[in-house]
Amino acid sequence: MDGITSLRPPAGGAETGIYHYDTLDRAFLAERIAVFREQVARRLSGALSEEEFKPLRLMNGLYLQLHAYMLRVAIPYGILSATQLRRLAHVARVYDRDYGHFTTRQNIQFNWIKLEQVPDILAALAEVDIHAIQTSGNCIRNVTTDQFAGAAADELVDPRVYAEILRQWSTDHPEFAFLPRKFKIALTGSPQDRAAIKLHDIGVLTTRNAQGEPGFTIYVGGGLGRTPVIGVKIRDWLPVQDLLRYMEAILRVYNAMGRRDNLYKARIKILVRETGAAKFAELVEQEFAALSGDRFALPPEVVAAIGARFGAPRFAELPAQSEAFARALAEDAAFARWARTSLHPHRVPGYASVTISLKPIGGIPGDATSAQMDLVADLADRYSFGEIRVAHEQNLVLAHVRQDDLHALWQALHAPGIATPNVGLVTDIIACPGLDYCDLANARSIPIAQAISARFADLARQHEIGELHLNISGCINACAHHHVGHIGILGVDKHGSEAYQITLGGAADEHASLGQLLGAAVPAEAVPDLIERVIGIYLAQRVPGERFIDCYRRLGMAAFKEAARG
Amino acid sequence: MAEKVIDATAEVIASDWTLVPDEAPWPDSGAVIVTPARLLATPPATLPQRLGVVLAPADQPDALAPLLHRLALVAVSFPRFRDGRGFTQARRLREFHGFAGDIRAVGHVLPDQFLALLRCGVTSVALAEGQQEAVWRAVLALRAGHDSAAPDQRRLPLLRRLAAPIAVA
Repeated sequence: MDGITSLRPPAGGAETGIYHYDTLDRAFLAERIAVFREQVARRLSGALSEEEFKPLRLMNGLYLQLHAYMLRVAIPYGILSATQLRRLAHVARVYDRDYGHFTTRQNIQFNWIKLEQVPDILAALAEVDIHAIQTSGNCIRNVTTDQFAGAAADELVDPRVYAEILRQWSTDHPEFAFLPRKFKIALTGSPQDRAAIKLHDIGVLTTRNAQGEPGFTIYVGGGLGRTPVIGVKIRDWLPVQDLLRYMEAILRVYNAMGRRDNLYKARIKILVRETGAAKFAELVEQEFAALSGDRFALPPEVVAAIGARFGAPRFAELPAQSEAFARALAEDAAFARWARTSLHPHRVPGYASVTISLKPIGGIPGDATSAQMDLVADLADRYSFGEIRVAHEQNLVLAHVRQDDLHALWQALHAPGIATPNVGLVTDIIACPGLDYCDLANARSIPIAQAISARFADLARQHEIGELHLNISGCINACAHHHVGHIGILGVDKHGSEAYQITLGGAADEHASLGQLLGAAVPAEAVPDLIERVIGIYLAQRVPGERFIDCYRRLGMAAFKEAARG
Repeated sequence: MAEKVIDATAEVIASDWTLVPDEAPWPDSGAVIVTPARLLATPPATLPQRLGVVLAPADQPDALAPLLHRLALVAVSFPRFRDGRGFTQARRLREFHGFAGDIRAVGHVLPDQFLALLRCGVTSVALAEGQQEAVWRAVLALRAGHDSAAPDQRRLPLLRRLAAPIAVA
């Protein structure tokens, strides 16, 4: 493979975590923007109608929402460099209302965009190798993964290089740009599933076989929306070299056979259900066998060449336990409380991954101001090799922080309100934009999130309640994944007014389950009381150390029904 | 097919194909396009010389396999541009069955889909009413200098430069 030696990473590619573009990747982006600039000009002059313009803008991540255009920018598998995050802050400051909204698919949305400025925004993003391609439309969307990928102590195989390979394979794919419906792929390399792979159209577990070789377990047909389904395993072991061949096979079966007669039955989960999982797997295997192995093979040299485009952090050799960290924990109770929920074990001794909560008490989940983004970028440069992750829980992550630096980092986060020690707790709420922004919503999400957050503001109480995932969607499309919240809240339209259904018992992890309905929908003002009663039952019934979800699974719905009666 | 047809270079080409509905009698001569059902129901010896088939989006191209060598043209149809089944049909015909004749996109297709159609193996497009071939040519012009470049100089992601055949027709 002479091609590989001639395609070294670009000079100056010091930043870690992200995949480094070369001049040809940049030429591709420039060409896309030139085309779109011309299309926007035609729309503004009236030469293109909105109907004709719609598919073109959707190819570039531009939605028309309730009040304005919304631009969804792709953050491939949720990883950003500090330079890229600063540029997102710049876009928020110059072209939007000084903030952006991080989404459950590890992307960022700008909610107040002017059409005539979009080509300039895309050009500004392209300067730092970011784009908005395939963030909407019936195509393969941004590939997502575990926010601790490549850092987590419990990881079997780093999924990032495979996520990047799938990004390159799916970008501008000629056959799969007009699928029956949108298509989402998630990967995780850890048996503790933090990427919700069983809730995606395709879920990939990167793992090892008995010989220690990397490969994949494949799930298909998971999804939320109005028909929530847990994905089923259709391949226990797929060697690396067959990854793209197998993906082509799944997508071909779906593109040819997926339903196109009903928008709500067009996702692959419906095809899998109506075909039967075993039969569907058989169809994929047939297609897979028919695709010639050579033509679609993913050779190890190619994996290595793409892997070489990622900068790798140069970790220091440190003792497993940091004395400075231990001392700070003992001396500073507020720091210790933050550390209890905000840290994740790192595979390298002396390091930790830090989650930065974008859920201040009473705030809007997932929103970050440009000043906060700039600060996090600076802290990433100082403490985490200039690398930032976006978690699907709508928080930010510094993946590689020395334990020695944790106290200093915490102090720096304090002032701008992004050191809320609530990661994984009841106020770490996942919420969609809801009726405040969204064209599809039946009800508001943000004010409900704010009211619950304010109700449980007391940090000591939150820590007493412990791990609890609360998700709020403003409509059945389930953008906030309410079906898989330990407590899920769904906004519905009840005789013309906003009302909320509560579900209990959902989970998005390796034991994925769908929440069950607690009772009839209640008005907005009744939601915080109802949540408080549910949590009260849990606190009264739990055994020591038992999480909410485990308590619910032990007791069942019947034990919580009285909460619904008020 | 009375409409204007362009080839893979967006040049208008003459087309003498006639679509013959299932219930209509076979014409005496000329290039004839029929449905798969008609094709498969007709004794091969009585089929006309210049023969084509039009696939509906739900049709499986694999069913044509035994008779593909008799076909000069397969039309893949797009009832609306968002229905992308024709892309898979075209690739199946080329890659599984080695079909070497003309694959023609018919129905509602957009100039913005031209490159993807070509990459899937389509070699001609029947333009919908009112469509101008100049717009389709402009799509190709933007690509000029791209396709002529050596594989490792094309504006493709590294994966496709190194493993060129993957998803690149």
